[in-house]
Amino acid sequence: MLQFESVSKKVGRSLHINNVSLELEKGSLNVLLGPTLSGKTSLMRLMAGLDSPTSGDIYVDGKRVTGQSVRKRNVAMVYQQFINYPAMTVYENIASPLRLQGESQSSIDSKVREAAELLKLTEFLDRTPLNLSGGQQQRTALARALVKRAELVLLDEPLANLDYKLREELRVELPRLFAETGAVFVYATTEPHEALLLGGKTATLHEGSITQFDSTIDVYNRPVNLQTAQTFSDPPLNIVSASVKDAQLEAVGTNLGQLPPNAAALTNGQYTLAFRPHHVSLTQTDRHHVAVVAKVGTSEITGSETYVHVTCAGAHWVVLTHGVHRVNNGDDITVYLDPSRFYLFDAADGALRHAPSFDAQAA
Amino acid sequence: MDKPLNNKAWFFVLPVFFLVAISAIIPLMTVVNYSVQDTFGNNQFFWAGTEWYSEVLSSSRFHDALLRNLMFSGIILAIEIPLGIAIALSMPRKGIWVPVCLILMALPLLIPWNVVGTIWQVFGRADIGLLGRVLSELGVEYNYATNSVDAWVTIIIMDVWHWTSLVVLLCYSGLVAIPEAYYQAARIDGASKWKVFRYIQLPKMQRVLLIAVLLRFMDSFMIYTEPFVLTGGGPGNSTTFLSIDLVKMAIGQFDLGPAAAMSIIYFLIILLLCWVFYTVMTNFGVDAPEKEVD
Amino acid sequence: MAQITLDKLAHSYLAQPQSDADFALKQIDYVWEDGSAYALLGPSGCGKTTLLNIISGLLIPSKGNVLFDANDVTHLSPEERNIAQVFQFPVIYDTMTVEQNLAFPLQNRGVEKSEVNKRVSEMLDILELKDKAKRRARGLSADEKQKISLGRGLVRYDVNAILFDEPLTVIDPHMKWQLRTQLKELHEQFNHTMIYVTHDQTEALTFADKVVVMYEGEVVQIGTPEQLFDEPEHTFVGYFIGSPGMNILPGAVDANAVTLAEHSFLLDRQYPMLNGSIEVGIRPEFVKVTDATTAGSAGVPLQVSSVENIGRHKIVRGSVNGHQIDAVVEEDVNVPAEAYAVFDTSRLNVYQDSHLVRGNN
Repeated sequence: MLQFESVSKKVGRSLHINNVSLELEKGSLNVLLGPTLSGKTSLMRLMAGLDSPTSGDIYVDGKRVTGQSVRKRNVAMVYQQFINYPAMTVYENIASPLRLQGESQSSIDSKVREAAELLKLTEFLDRTPLNLSGGQQQRTALARALVKRAELVLLDEPLANLDYKLREELRVELPRLFAETGAVFVYATTEPHEALLLGGKTATLHEGSITQFDSTIDVYNRPVNLQTAQTFSDPPLNIVSASVKDAQLEAVGTNLGQLPPNAAALTNGQYTLAFRPHHVSLTQTDRHHVAVVAKVGTSEITGSETYVHVTCAGAHWVVLTHGVHRVNNGDDITVYLDPSRFYLFDAADGALRHAPSFDAQAA
Repeated sequence: MDKPLNNKAWFFVLPVFFLVAISAIIPLMTVVNYSVQDTFGNNQFFWAGTEWYSEVLSSSRFHDALLRNLMFSGIILAIEIPLGIAIALSMPRKGIWVPVCLILMALPLLIPWNVVGTIWQVFGRADIGLLGRVLSELGVEYNYATNSVDAWVTIIIMDVWHWTSLVVLLCYSGLVAIPEAYYQAARIDGASKWKVFRYIQLPKMQRVLLIAVLLRFMDSFMIYTEPFVLTGGGPGNSTTFLSIDLVKMAIGQFDLGPAAAMSIIYFLIILLLCWVFYTVMTNFGVDAPEKEVD
Repeated sequence: MAQITLDKLAHSYLAQPQSDADFALKQIDYVWEDGSAYALLGPSGCGKTTLLNIISGLLIPSKGNVLFDANDVTHLSPEERNIAQVFQFPVIYDTMTVEQNLAFPLQNRGVEKSEVNKRVSEMLDILELKDKAKRRARGLSADEKQKISLGRGLVRYDVNAILFDEPLTVIDPHMKWQLRTQLKELHEQFNHTMIYVTHDQTEALTFADKVVVMYEGEVVQIGTPEQLFDEPEHTFVGYFIGSPGMNILPGAVDANAVTLAEHSFLLDRQYPMLNGSIEVGIRPEFVKVTDATTAGSAGVPLQVSSVENIGRHKIVRGSVNGHQIDAVVEEDVNVPAEAYAVFDTSRLNVYQDSHLVRGNN
């Protein structure tokens, strides 16, 4: 188990990590999600022991390791860049951590071959990394991390430099590969989609602070504040300011109807209304859906879906609908909002005040 | 707050501390010690205060030598930096000629100072040197031993020949690090060769150029071997630089007090000028290095 | 702006290519219509960048010609072709301000000062960089730098084409959306011929009017996003487009009967006699997952191995008679313990030796 206790890291005058407390369990998969410069890499460096915190403490299995050098911790790290020993063969690259641990030749051989098999590298074992494709190079780095049997495996956007499809495949394989090792597994990414596909738990980062840490789907479904919801939304979350008066919701100059029963307790005042792009549609499929008029910006057709960018009372929204819909730029169209999918955030501090219910998941 | 890591680390620095103390700090203190005392031999020392310093600072001998140094470094930088950039620009970036060029460039750097001095001393002699003979055959009056301009030209050529490669290699390393896309974008933008140099190559070479200027400045400011081998500081005092003067004073005349004061002043001047160069060049056209967190 | 014609174009990086395999780009004949947005989509090493470099003039093809309208530009340099290009990593002139960066290509072409000012200020408006006009470009964020790269092309009103080489690689997901829609809007506004190279299907499909899918140096399909989604002409396209890609299983076809994972379905299309290796493909979007009662006779038992809830929808991974099948179901659908898969048979595609065979109605 890896534990952070009010850890902060200052470099010069800038605060890279701001009072982070975190508990990562053995055998768990943890995603660090946040945009560039939100502190993902800084946090990983602290976890690895490459940096020591300015204040706060770090524990591994209850033992304080604050300031202990990375070599004493059993850590494996894979970076966005493909980092291998260029002069060694793939075999030697994978074997290198085992050689350092002083394993016997026969045990090294079997472990290397097993890892190579899992990562589909068997036929490349005799080549040097520079003669491999990007995907194969990164798989070599992953295999090296795998054989090390580290207690903590840190992956810093490991798939960012790979092709889309390759990413898709490795994303499915990775959690499975490392789950068996029982390590604490940390995966940093900028992409919400990637976090969702990996599952496990997700910590969302914003300016060096962790805004939420929970099971991935819960963070997605019940973000504690607007910042988290926006970090965890791709395509971007649709937002607009709204007001509640006597349990009636009003936004974009339209009465959006009665608040749902589980939100009836909301006090009168200003809120930020948010909903995901796939919860707006161009056709009315349910009589509870509310119609509002919006102006079409552009539309993007992917073949199976259409993204329509619209402006409604000054707010820019994305409507994501199934099928192919052709709409003209500048036209006024009616879009249908689904009140049962509304999020309401406090207009002042952005805290979550109401989230849709997710009975389907609970069942 | 207890931080176990930091205390241990100091322990490892101790040996280095010792070495620096023995090799730098203790000799420096000896020099400082000499510079504030007078002696009449027999190891008897008398307190002299700042006497030697004011003597050195007000002597025209020191002024002349300092002026020669500044002029020499100025000329060296003015020639070697542009020449180094020009050669680096004209070197191939890929292909089989790259290692050939690099080795040719590195060759002068491998030759010791005094050998360079001797080579040119012989090369330039009017009676037996190839250069000297050719020049006199061509009717050019050239004699570094009697003509101070000739002596200066010879020393400058010597230094340029010896050290321009360093600037070339540094600039070249800066140039090859520029991604191909920059050149392609510039072509598409219709930029001329000069503009490519001015807006892409020069900005990207800035860091290595700073290092080149600092190294060449410090080195040329401390020039000793070349004029010493060539003419021993002559003809007259025309190539007597601070370092040569210092040695004359300390070892030739055994004036330890003034010599010590002079070396302290010399040291401070170099330190000051390096600081000036560094500040000017890092602030010139550059914002603070971009911070990278992620 | 120009129509770009690729005439029997092929390229090999070898001086003396012997066989087909030596060609990084196999022969392609195609006309890129004036004012359209195209995407070149494929995995790394498929030849898409080679093709882009041939069009931009950074590479001279070993065979064939490139024509801009009626002019043969095969041997012209990039600057003579009058194109603009945005690279993978932002290329900006570090020491210049944003404004100066945008003015640079115009000044190089001797455009009058007042005209330069007018166009630069117009471009700053379009790119929403007005408040940063006087800032040094190197201090900006990656997406702003990419906008400047693009702006340097757009200020020249008359560019024949704008080429993009994976321009969103270094951009964060949120900014990707913004930049991409902005690009799309600019295209609608100015109607430049645009060619966009990427390995990311979302970028390609959302950006382009037509997507050129490449695989191992060959163009495997050129089509609208709908065509690529509905009727991939090659199994590679089926796999490469869509996330997860198309389920492609060994099958058999006999007139209007198609066998898929050992289950037979009757289609309202007739197929001719087919030889060779026959495969049947169906997109995960067209596989319904239900229980026995809802499925009825159309359902086939599905062994579910995992359900990934990815928020917007769920990906059900399982197998039918030992054949791997992925299905995409809505976020509020519950996957029953004893699951049945129902295939939308109108969406079945038949492949003979990896190439699509269309049936007759």
